Amino acid sequence: MAIYKGRGVCAMNYPIGMNLGGDPSQALVHSNPDGKFTVTLSSIDLGQGMKSVSRQVAAETLGVPVADVYVDTADSDTGPQCMGSFASRGTHRVGNAVIAAAKEARAVMLEAAAEELEVNAVDLETDGLGNILVKGAPGRSITTQEACNVAQFKYGQSVSGRGIFLIPMSDVDPDTGEMTTVSCFAHMAMIVDLEVDDETGEVFNVRMNSAYEVGRALNPKLVEQQLVGGAWMGLSHALYETTEPCYPSRDHRPYSFSSYPMPGPGDLASHGISILERPAPDGPFGGKGVGEMCANPVLPAVANAIYDAVGVEMDELPMTAEKILRAIRAKAGRAGDNG
Amino acid sequence: MMVKKPLEFRLNGTEVAVFADEAENLLSVLRAKVGDLTPKYGCGQGGCGACMVTIDGRTVLSCITLAETVAGADVGTLAGLSGERLDPLQEAFMDGFAAQCGYCTPGMIVAARALLQHNPTPDRDQIIEAISDNICRCTGYEPIIEAIQSVVAQERAGGS
Ligand code: FES
Ligand code: FES
Repeated sequence: MAIYKGRGVCAMNYPIGMNLGGDPSQALVHSNPDGKFTVTLSSIDLGQGMKSVSRQVAAETLGVPVADVYVDTADSDTGPQCMGSFASRGTHRVGNAVIAAAKEARAVMLEAAAEELEVNAVDLETDGLGNILVKGAPGRSITTQEACNVAQFKYGQSVSGRGIFLIPMSDVDPDTGEMTTVSCFAHMAMIVDLEVDDETGEVFNVRMNSAYEVGRALNPKLVEQQLVGGAWMGLSHALYETTEPCYPSRDHRPYSFSSYPMPGPGDLASHGISILERPAPDGPFGGKGVGEMCANPVLPAVANAIYDAVGVEMDELPMTAEKILRAIRAKAGRAGDNG
Repeated sequence: MMVKKPLEFRLNGTEVAVFADEAENLLSVLRAKVGDLTPKYGCGQGGCGACMVTIDGRTVLSCITLAETVAGADVGTLAGLSGERLDPLQEAFMDGFAAQCGYCTPGMIVAARALLQHNPTPDRDQIIEAISDNICRCTGYEPIIEAIQSVVAQERAGGS
């Protein structure tokens, strides 16, 4: 009876978004009477930062401060169509749609500014602070608010834009089976170190170390937050979560949330994270997606580490102490050693 | 027939008077009758901590607290922590990105503030102990623990 150390690895090419009948997202942008902008979406922010990232992307494209952009989302009655927030597609698909819509609105705003400043719109630039300046002659400028006002009141133009980003449906080649399901991959690798007690089957002292390549981290703190929380959830799936913890009888299942097993704040694994940035050519400002990629790799890495520690292949989730112990015993019965 | 009973208590220092239904829980009184939406309805079974409030300074799960038991007591919710300025815990949660969906956040901050009131210099294990009635599905807890630690450090240093 002893404690065995194990190390497991998982590496992944993670496809962003999906492709069933094509993968579109839409966005609308318009200016408001106070000189600010509203981005209308129907994509959901469930805490991953969809609204923050859309806001940043819109502000960057329009050339205004982030504080001047409001994101109205999550209502499919009032927002343009979106496939949704899943498959790690939000930043990539919605971000691109927001850029397209914001560019259209920006063009109208710059045209109005050009008329006012008596220059060509191509000679204008924005300073990100709400000013439109003549390139090379920064003394000549107009605020974005003023430009939006004159666009409407003087030139009868709507400072607004429509945007859509589509990954078109890819048919399967009937001869080769080949298809192009995705345009953009994120990447990651994770090492899990842990210990297994071969007397109880318990896994403990789990440590994770990972590197994630996320395109450009559009909001580095949000990326980090998602990786930390997502890996926790991955570990929870790997070792804890089941609606039937009292296997093998369904009769003993828990009846409430209170007895659904998850790691609490006292059961955390340490996690060292490196974020690598290689901007994606087709991503919004190079962004890809973190999404599910943060949770998935933990499961195979833990399974591999358990195998490395005690030589049993766990092929069913969660990998509870009971299942590990049964596997160790079954193996000992056959081979008589614990690897 | 449903009997309504008058109920008076102090919520964040202000007297409130409501008619509570028979066997109504405190969470329902706070949200539906008083209109304080900071305590959240998570599980309704005492298992998640989203509804956490304080009664006379002690943390309780309001979803399993009979409303009539708070008659004359001091009830505290997240809404009572910030006035002109946010509570340093709220600031730290924002700065440290200790919330994603935010559903657990009011309960977490109520738990943390109650801890700091009794023990201004808790160590990591004491912080973990104090928030172990509160489930967070998003953050993995580490950012929450770190946010609370940062407030401990700040308050120890005498900052605001
Ligand atoms: S709602 Fe009260 S503990 Fe979950
Ligand atoms: S932030 Fe979502 S439950 Fe804690």
